Amino acid sequence: MTKNPEDCMYTKEHEWIRVNGKTGTVGITHYAQKQLGDIVFVELPKVGDHFDTNESFGTVESVKAVSEIYCPVAGDVTEINEAVVNSPELLNSDPHGDAWLIEIKIQNPPDLEELMSAEAYDEYIHDEAAE
Amino acid sequence: MTVSTAAESQALKKTALNKVHHSLKAKMVDFGGWEMPVEYSGIVNEHLKVRTAVGLFDVSHMGEIDIRGKEALALVQQVTSNDASKLADGQIQYSGLTTYEGTFVDDVLVHRIGPDHYFLCVNASNSDKDFAWIVKNNRFDAEVRNLSPEYTQLAIQGPRALSVLQRLTSTDLSAIKYYWFTYGKVEGVDAMIARTGYTGEDGFEIYFTPDESERLWNRIMEAGASDGITPTGLGARNTLRLEAKMALYGHEIDDTTTVLEADLGWICKLQKGDFNGRDILLKQKQVGVKRILVGIEMIEPGIAREHYPVLFKGQTVGQVTSGSPAPFLKKNIGLAYVPVDHSAIGNEVQIQIRNRQALARIVATPFYKRTK
Repeated sequence: MTKNPEDCMYTKEHEWIRVNGKTGTVGITHYAQKQLGDIVFVELPKVGDHFDTNESFGTVESVKAVSEIYCPVAGDVTEINEAVVNSPELLNSDPHGDAWLIEIKIQNPPDLEELMSAEAYDEYIHDEAAE
Repeated sequence: MTVSTAAESQALKKTALNKVHHSLKAKMVDFGGWEMPVEYSGIVNEHLKVRTAVGLFDVSHMGEIDIRGKEALALVQQVTSNDASKLADGQIQYSGLTTYEGTFVDDVLVHRIGPDHYFLCVNASNSDKDFAWIVKNNRFDAEVRNLSPEYTQLAIQGPRALSVLQRLTSTDLSAIKYYWFTYGKVEGVDAMIARTGYTGEDGFEIYFTPDESERLWNRIMEAGASDGITPTGLGARNTLRLEAKMALYGHEIDDTTTVLEADLGWICKLQKGDFNGRDILLKQKQVGVKRILVGIEMIEPGIAREHYPVLFKGQTVGQVTSGSPAPFLKKNIGLAYVPVDHSAIGNEVQIQIRNRQALARIVATPFYKRTK
């Protein structure tokens, strides 16, 4: 299994955030894309939209199912990744890289402390898969 | 996001090929109480392989009901909507197992083995219900048996299906016409070989003893290797049948939808004599149905999914029964019930997708038809 990048923080709902100063880019994990299968459609919010922690900010659709994606921490959307809207299959090939979904301005940096490190997330998905 | 992980409940029923699916690292799901493979290499890849080459499916969860006796035909005629008296030995027809209201207990394939002997292939999750229903309606000199556990059923589907399966049998497969069957040996195993399928492609469905399941699966995979055969799961089976506009019980058809509403008038033979639900269907035919199943194609971005509302000028008029991206056609398609007034091909409707409405068009079906 591909290793989860150590420069990201993770949620239990399989999103990651990569913090860069006051902003962070958000995406879904390798584990999430693997569970979903072929991803064919992505719906993202608009720049300027605000989301609370754990609020749904968009949807990812595989051939067979629709999944909501949740915001790891509260913030305003500063950029969306048009490339992944135009080529949803990027989420299958490079979920932690080119297929980032949105960039947000982090409202309250201490919120990040609630998230998992790569190591903790590795353990978390290992347990979930074993259930 | 929320992701569901593999179904591992001990309560799930397993086919004789369960270990094979796990060894192939299939994603397993709970499908109507069965632990079944939903995908192996990916739904899109599997779908395209069946359209362009050949795929192998384990469909052993499907049920088999055997009806024999002097009045076997009379019983089949009573419980199904198509006209089984038109069948010759070795011939198969698609039919509705109807309620007294003309709706569906299930949809079935009726095989005529002999004048006093019929064999029904039924949906997995319905097999016990179907069996009980047929027994309840058996006021004839006929014996009904539920043989579901006695068969492994494999489907070999795609333009290369015939040449792959032919390598394993001396039965001349090209002599079996579409919707006919014969008995033969496949790798020495006695099998019923039917030229049927649920994909819109040419292909075969074979029924044989579960003891030989793994060996036959492996031999078919070996025989098809040079043709690019791929194990294919229920995910692609669903997208393939949707492109071919084949109904799926619990989605397009159930005990609330009549045979005529489901646009299956061709399996509703009102002239054949009495059958369960005939009076209601006859009346519905005379008066006309109020709603009908249609095919839709998305015009604006978005995927119609089951239960999404269909709107006409802002008013909800119907509901989607199945919807998906169509991997071969590369469109987003679906099936939906709409009022007859709005059902004309070319009509534009909106599909309510979460908090927005996306434009769709009613189109001719099937969406996909193979070139023969």
